[in-house]
Amino acid sequence: MAGNFQGKGDYFMCGIAGIIHKNAGKDVNIGEQMTAMLQALKHRGPDSTGYAMYGEDNGNHVVRFKVAEAADLEGSFEIHAAIENRIAAVNSRMEDLGAKIVKKESATEYSHRYEIQFSGDMKKLADFVEDIEGVEILSIGNSLELIKDLGDAAVVSEQYGLNDFSGTHGIGHTRMATESDVDIRSAHPYWAYPFSDVSVVHNGQLTNYWTNRRALELKGHRFSSNCDSELIAVYIADRINQGQDLESAMKDSVEYLDGVFTYLVATRDQLGMAKDVMAAKPMVVYEGDDMIALASEEVAIRTLFDHHIETFDPYHGEVKVWQN
Amino acid sequence: MAKLKQDKSHEMGLHEEQLKGRTQQRFFSIDESENLTYFHSFDVDTSKSASIDALEMTPREINREIRALMEKGIGDITVDNPMSRHGVGVGILNRLNLTFSDSLGYFGCGLIDGPNVHIKGRVGWSCGENMMAGTVVIDGNAGSTFGAAIRGGDLVCKGSVGARTGIDQKGGTIIVGGKTGAFSGFMMQRGRMIILGDAGMNLGDSMYDGTIYVGGEVEDLGVDCVPGEMTELDIRYLTEKLGNYDMKAPNGVEKMQKYVSGKTLWNYDNLEPNEKKLIL
Repeated sequence: MAGNFQGKGDYFMCGIAGIIHKNAGKDVNIGEQMTAMLQALKHRGPDSTGYAMYGEDNGNHVVRFKVAEAADLEGSFEIHAAIENRIAAVNSRMEDLGAKIVKKESATEYSHRYEIQFSGDMKKLADFVEDIEGVEILSIGNSLELIKDLGDAAVVSEQYGLNDFSGTHGIGHTRMATESDVDIRSAHPYWAYPFSDVSVVHNGQLTNYWTNRRALELKGHRFSSNCDSELIAVYIADRINQGQDLESAMKDSVEYLDGVFTYLVATRDQLGMAKDVMAAKPMVVYEGDDMIALASEEVAIRTLFDHHIETFDPYHGEVKVWQN
Repeated sequence: MAKLKQDKSHEMGLHEEQLKGRTQQRFFSIDESENLTYFHSFDVDTSKSASIDALEMTPREINREIRALMEKGIGDITVDNPMSRHGVGVGILNRLNLTFSDSLGYFGCGLIDGPNVHIKGRVGWSCGENMMAGTVVIDGNAGSTFGAAIRGGDLVCKGSVGARTGIDQKGGTIIVGGKTGAFSGFMMQRGRMIILGDAGMNLGDSMYDGTIYVGGEVEDLGVDCVPGEMTELDIRYLTEKLGNYDMKAPNGVEKMQKYVSGKTLWNYDNLEPNEKKLIL
């Protein structure tokens, strides 16, 4: 949800959307499609927007990380020097562990994208880099690009050049901040650390957040925020780590998670949806022969079509997974 | 009408007599002419038609255009390209033939009292909320809280609907051609719900009154919901009601199961004492 575990509600807010093309290769402009859907959901949450999109795998690992919050830039003049130092530290630590940085890009001063070649322990690399003060890894993957920032979809898409992103599938989130700050840390999607290419977006509220968080932390999992939605990402990661497939992990999650929720999970080649047993959060699904689109509201899906489409609401406790 | 007692409680809109049967009573003074009609209720001619292309319109613009056409006496309106927008077709308080050529979003056709609406697509959450009279017929599926707090009229979905269908239903009839989700009929107070397919868990949970008919399987019953006895009257009613919308129970109305409230609330048919109301 938008806020953390402490909050009462957000019962009607935050929007989530997802799309997967089944037979279209990787040449579909899903960036434009996701932006259209998320912009149509702006009224559910204008504070921040996030994308997890899956494109071409060129053999390198894509690391998305931030070295500051957007608001930090307004805090003091020293932040710019601090950012430079943090980036230098990231470069140094990656090289120390044997990662070869082959490409560097940055959409903003605080948000960076590296392509690296690395065959070592990804968790160790992530932990080592995140040990630098102010640095947070947003995602690591071969085909996953996880982008999130403040503002609506049009703003974020423009800022990060997402309107010509080609790929097969993606999920996204528009956030209405309630109990936690308006910042990138609390924005969705969440990466299922430390697993490549797994991401989660969520609309709802989890009421057994702390109990389950403590249990997962004891197993060695890390949480980067106090947002209850991150629990889903970590839980799914834990289950995958135990050898479960995505669909069975999601089915277990419906029992494991207490509260009201609808969430989406994406992996390298799958898109999944789960709904709580009370069916208290909205989700509308269009299931075509070549494409599946899901969103909190049909008005988002209709941005992709200029004609009538058949849609439906998933039922309570329902889990569905689609393959591209 | 029951004899009114002109005292403080009546001035406050309260009354102390016991209700007879299950009919809600309204009290008004004949001198208060504004209470005898609805504001923004129009005298329309259903032989006069018009259409609206809503492709580039906001929900507010669509609703205003519908009202403007009704104000001109047009009684048959078609809205093209509603594009699943929210809150469209609401607050219509007179007879009107209204057709949407495609799907609607949330809260479609809420707070209506009289129109006959046909939606040639799907509807999102809370279609027909607080509907008082008229008919709404949806060709496709519907989202959750379908017909929430409906008080009258017929709300018909030819497809399947989401969770909490008819939550807080206070009257009228809800008909679902397919399945309905969890907690349908939650806190139902009056009226009838006809589900031709399966019903999700906790059907009729905490219902006070009203009747639910199910043609398919029921996942489980909620608290206070119990099977009732189908009578000849039920069968006649279902046959005629479904026939009005060219719908049929898959296994025949005779095979449908009836569910009612298993508990009568204390003092349910009685008004509370004035003294208690005044304290509150």
